[in-house]
Amino acid sequence: MKDKFLNTLQLIGMTWLSPLVKLASGDNPREQFADLFRYVGLPFIAVAAFLFLWAGLASKVDTSLGQLPGPVQVWDQVQGLAEEHERERHKAEAFYERQDERNAKKLAKDPDAEIKWREYTGKPTFLDQILTSLVTVFTGFLLGTLIAIPIGIACGLSKTLYGAVSPLIQIFKPVSPLAWLPIVTMVVSGVYVSADPMFQKSFITSAITVMLCSLWPTLINTAVGVASIDRDLINVARVLRLGWWTQVFKIAIPSAIPMIFTGLRISLGIGWMVLIAAEMLAQNPGLGKFVWDEFQNGSSDSLGRIMVAVLAIGLIGFLLDSLMLTLQKIFSYDRSVELR
Amino acid sequence: MSNEYLELSQVSIEFPTPKGPFKALNQVDLKISQGEFVSLIGHSGCGKSTVLNIIAGLLKATTGGVLLESREVDEPGPERAVVFQHHSLFPWLTVYQNVELAVKKVFKGKMNKREMAEWIHHNLELVHMRHAEHKRPAEISGGMKQRVGIARALAMQPKVLLMDEPFGALDALTRAHLQDSLMEIQDELGNTVIMITHDVDEAVLLSDRIVMMTNGPAATIGDILHIDLPRPRRRVELAGDSRYNAYRAEVLKFLYERQRNPADDDDTSGKTAQPKIRAVKTAQVGDEKVKVA
Repeated sequence: MKDKFLNTLQLIGMTWLSPLVKLASGDNPREQFADLFRYVGLPFIAVAAFLFLWAGLASKVDTSLGQLPGPVQVWDQVQGLAEEHERERHKAEAFYERQDERNAKKLAKDPDAEIKWREYTGKPTFLDQILTSLVTVFTGFLLGTLIAIPIGIACGLSKTLYGAVSPLIQIFKPVSPLAWLPIVTMVVSGVYVSADPMFQKSFITSAITVMLCSLWPTLINTAVGVASIDRDLINVARVLRLGWWTQVFKIAIPSAIPMIFTGLRISLGIGWMVLIAAEMLAQNPGLGKFVWDEFQNGSSDSLGRIMVAVLAIGLIGFLLDSLMLTLQKIFSYDRSVELR
Repeated sequence: MSNEYLELSQVSIEFPTPKGPFKALNQVDLKISQGEFVSLIGHSGCGKSTVLNIIAGLLKATTGGVLLESREVDEPGPERAVVFQHHSLFPWLTVYQNVELAVKKVFKGKMNKREMAEWIHHNLELVHMRHAEHKRPAEISGGMKQRVGIARALAMQPKVLLMDEPFGALDALTRAHLQDSLMEIQDELGNTVIMITHDVDEAVLLSDRIVMMTNGPAATIGDILHIDLPRPRRRVELAGDSRYNAYRAEVLKFLYERQRNPADDDDTSGKTAQPKIRAVKTAQVGDEKVKVA
């Protein structure tokens, strides 16, 4: 029971909690406190030192928008953004209530009356922006994965194909999202024409840009993973006279799974970085647009809000990485390798 | 030698290298009867594995060929199952599934599901690994992995079992355990086995015949030693047995006097590699007359 719990903690990257669990179950307290210090104490000290340094230095920097905000001001902005979110939600609820009332009245007067439903079009709050960004990054990442894994497998299986595609990969891999964006924008606005679009163009533009930049690590890792199967395993397959499809699906792909997940993890990280830049330029609602809007806004709160966004971007990036690491651990068959 | 079950005739192989073809094996002739246990011994790089891979069909001889039950071997197949030095189990499958993969492929259409499960369990029991059937290779020790590798090969019901230094990567105690297990299984099943080894004791203990290879390049069979010890053999009893020690000495002499390690002295390699020697009593090797037991 306890071991299972500890394993789960390890799997989801919460190893720092394990000393508490062990302490509660009566393991050697001295060892556990040492672990606790290592996992929780040290990082806590480092963060505290950083905050003090930040607070001390920020007050010395004057910008055109006033003093650079320190941790206290940034925390104020966090609360401000949370309140704003609450307010907007209340407004939206009130709007829908009024609409419902109005429609009910109309129907009461005349059952055949034409009633109108309108979406609330208030300003998206910080939380809405985060949600949009997450949806966009996962869309782009998924599209990229759907392209990268099959091509990667094909490249891993055939040296000829890999040799042919390799220059293309090497050329497109280092291209910045900012360079892709204008092209993608023009292509999307030219190709994606419909009277009643299901998605906003800016959303599609950002998602495709994320896809273009994030598919390379997955592609390369998949190709390398598939290509570097143990020769003995291939020989076993030959001795068993396994068919081509069986070799691909039962041997090549499973043995490449750890490499594929390493690639996916890097891809998602890149996707998240690219997204912020893409959203800024494409004006797709999301964290990037939030930063850009605040920058243009130039109020005395702006710098603090941008810092909140910076921290949020970092925190979400970290969570995404942990999520992928957990998946990587679940799908990795070799538990003896410590993944970080 | 009335029954020529497996026959290698005039097997030579060349590998292309940037400096021109490299002749690894030259004119290897060997006949093996059904149920015989044959070891191949020789220094590293003498082409023992190449011989085994040619029999397995994983490599193709440049000239000459291999006949199994008078049929030519031209591709790998489960009737010539291989146990590799590094277990080569699929790490994402459990012990049971690893054996199952082989059984499903070999006995598809010949066994129903229940029979397959029984057969898998039977083979795991042969190597004493039934208790770990749901574990993954990473969760069991090196010796256990090798046991599973053997079970997987046996489960293919091969005509010839090929073992490429199966115990080479294991510590001495584990190796001894596995050798005993292998002898037990061999007593029960009477398989035809060809095993590569570095280990003189292992070769004498397990084999009916020891095929001693000369050093490469252009390696060939230097000598063949019949091990005429009664079975079942027990290592402790044999340790004091004079015949056992004589066989041992014979192999050691071959390896360290007539075929010195190429790493020690490059001159000896190749020189003694010309004559072909079959399972005859005496043979001319180099310029000295040798007696084969």
